[in-house]
Amino acid sequence: MLARVFALAGFILVILSSLLGTPVGSRNFAIIIVWIAWWASLILIAVPLLGRGWCSICPIPMPGEWLQNGAVLGPINNKKGFGLNIRWPKKLRGIWLQNVSFTVLALFSIVVLTQPHITGLVLLGLILVAVIVSIIFERRAFCRYLCPVGGFIGLYSQVSPLELRVSDTSVCADHKDKTCYTGNQDGYGCPWGVFPGGMVKNTNCGLCFECLRTCPHENIAVSLRPIGSDLSQARGRKLDEAFKAFIMLGSAVVYSLVLIGPWGVVKDAAFAVGSFPWWLYALAFLLVVYVILPGIFYLAVRYFNHTIAVNREPARSFIDYSYTLIPLGLAAWVAFSLSFVFANFSYLWPVLSDPFGWGWNIFGTAGIAWTPYLSGLIPAAQSIVLILGLFWSIAVIRRISSERNTPILSPEFQPWRIWPLVSYSAFVTVGLLWLLVG
Amino acid sequence: MAPGRLRSEWVARLFVLFIGLGVPMIVVLVGRIDRARVINVQAKMPEVGGWSPVELSAAVGEPLDLRLVSDDVVHGFAVGKTDIQPVDLIPGQVTEVSLQFDKPGTYTFYCTKWCGPNHWRMRGTIEVTGPQFSPVAPEPPLYMSLGIDLDLPHDVHLELDRKPSALNGEALDVVLPEEFRTREYYLSNSPYDTWLALKELPAISHLNDAEVWDLVAWLWASNSNRDALKTGEELYRQNCAACHGEAGDGKGVFTRVEDNDSHAESLSKDFGHALVAPTDFTDPSHMMGSSSTLLQGKILRGGMGTGMPSWGQIFTEDQIWALVDYLWTYQFQMED
Repeated sequence: MLARVFALAGFILVILSSLLGTPVGSRNFAIIIVWIAWWASLILIAVPLLGRGWCSICPIPMPGEWLQNGAVLGPINNKKGFGLNIRWPKKLRGIWLQNVSFTVLALFSIVVLTQPHITGLVLLGLILVAVIVSIIFERRAFCRYLCPVGGFIGLYSQVSPLELRVSDTSVCADHKDKTCYTGNQDGYGCPWGVFPGGMVKNTNCGLCFECLRTCPHENIAVSLRPIGSDLSQARGRKLDEAFKAFIMLGSAVVYSLVLIGPWGVVKDAAFAVGSFPWWLYALAFLLVVYVILPGIFYLAVRYFNHTIAVNREPARSFIDYSYTLIPLGLAAWVAFSLSFVFANFSYLWPVLSDPFGWGWNIFGTAGIAWTPYLSGLIPAAQSIVLILGLFWSIAVIRRISSERNTPILSPEFQPWRIWPLVSYSAFVTVGLLWLLVG
Repeated sequence: MAPGRLRSEWVARLFVLFIGLGVPMIVVLVGRIDRARVINVQAKMPEVGGWSPVELSAAVGEPLDLRLVSDDVVHGFAVGKTDIQPVDLIPGQVTEVSLQFDKPGTYTFYCTKWCGPNHWRMRGTIEVTGPQFSPVAPEPPLYMSLGIDLDLPHDVHLELDRKPSALNGEALDVVLPEEFRTREYYLSNSPYDTWLALKELPAISHLNDAEVWDLVAWLWASNSNRDALKTGEELYRQNCAACHGEAGDGKGVFTRVEDNDSHAESLSKDFGHALVAPTDFTDPSHMMGSSSTLLQGKILRGGMGTGMPSWGQIFTEDQIWALVDYLWTYQFQMED
């Protein structure tokens, strides 16, 4: 709770500094805190180690949630909150809208990442939408269906070594009230609209821990587990999440090319929002992410099914196997982020001392000049991460291909037959190595 | 529900309210009160943004503290028409300057390093507000009061065997009529017109063409002095040589394109107009038809449909005249 309030205070500070502070991106508190410090802790630490750990302290849904609940700490005497509490429309469930919101942000990202006031307006817009959605719909609908980062955090939280699960599902089956979902005087029903008793994956669990408060049987626990265990969970694989895997992988590739690559023309095009070159860039981005990467993968999956004579719907296999790209995509994002996070981390010290560019020097670090950190180690680290991602992805390909309905269990199956899928991952890895490490 | 819980709920609400409203209000208030702000100014090559912010404001007598950083190459920071010492901005370093202005007005700050083909576009303004409002309108530039059209062609076809020499002119020991020796005459007439007028004088009809040119050189030299020439030379090296060349021949580093067509193309794209070769100050056909006022006007105003910047916001009146004096040294042997 306290962590969330401090996160909110930080968030407000970020919005203020983005709008009132210096327009110089590398000297603006908001730009550095959000796109260097927050992003680094999210993609390098929070997502790989804690899954949705960020969601549990994210300030964006908080004001709306407090309004919806009519309370900050917990339920008070059955008092109703403020809002219509309409159920989220069935047709809009899943993460398709999050796929869209991420893509839209991604198309403008070069401008958002560098222009403080645009960052500020985006963050303000997000919190405004979150409040409005909380007032109209029930639970944390914004987080589950709209938040542009929520989708990929959920997708990648499947690899995290942390999980919240019920200890004994029979206790839940026997529990009539299901207070974890409906709420009681000790806490609210799952804000993410998940029934913990049926939960097999981290994807939709926001780690808000309300269910720990509401379970009368103390049947819920947060525990460590082998990393990536959700990936071999066949239940609940969906097309929207499959596409999320491609969106993330594709945008990591495009960003590496635009932001890290040496091609000035592409950078200019991505920056000149609204111009003809930008439209070309946007079109290319959408093609790579939504058509080329999934299309080639689909062909690879079809060919693979064909060679092992499996009689499965290609679309179903496409969804299953796209989950093998989750470790690959996460590795791509970690490697891409390594390329700029450490190089630019020293920008943090001046903005901490002088968040508004008003000449303050709170910690005496306002004059510290930019110095790239660990620049000698980063390429090696990136290579290791990308290669680990590839091996992990191959391991998941092997696991998924040995699931039900595939003849891999038969003695005739030779392991090398997974080569079409392995080559896809390998090809992407080599491409990223080339773009990021050179 | 226990009353204790309701109480903590209220504490929590107040806490949230404090964080949500109090903190930002305090920040904004402190920011308002704290006038001594340091403003971060970022320098980038003009092609990718130039100065940011490009407009600054200050009050007379109050310090304007800037923290300057360069994102790409070495830039310089200077403020036109002031004696503020220029500083260099080395990439990766933070350069702090504190400026103070005595008079209100609009000042221009500019880059002093040849950072790229659009270097001279790298300028910004400082709006200085203050109590002393000067009701005296600035005098119009001399070329306007003299009615000289800067854009009329003024070339004369001239070939000289040698540079006219002021020393030779002086040695001729000729007493010229008073009208030639006034400052006004020097300012408003070109050397060529002067030469033609001197040729008409019966008193010196015995002199040959070259000797009359030496007289013109002597007249021009007597309207200049050593200090002005030194100042002019420094200014020329720093600001003009990039295009007009160290030797004044119009072949500065920014315009060396003849061996590279794609470079020329990209340059003209950067400039936004077709490339026009900078004036060759060593060419008498061009220079001898210009009056000092014409040159001063061109430096002051710039333009001409070429890449010539306007220097009126950057150089003081004296500095521009010093530059004009210096330009004549490409035509005349002023000293030994």
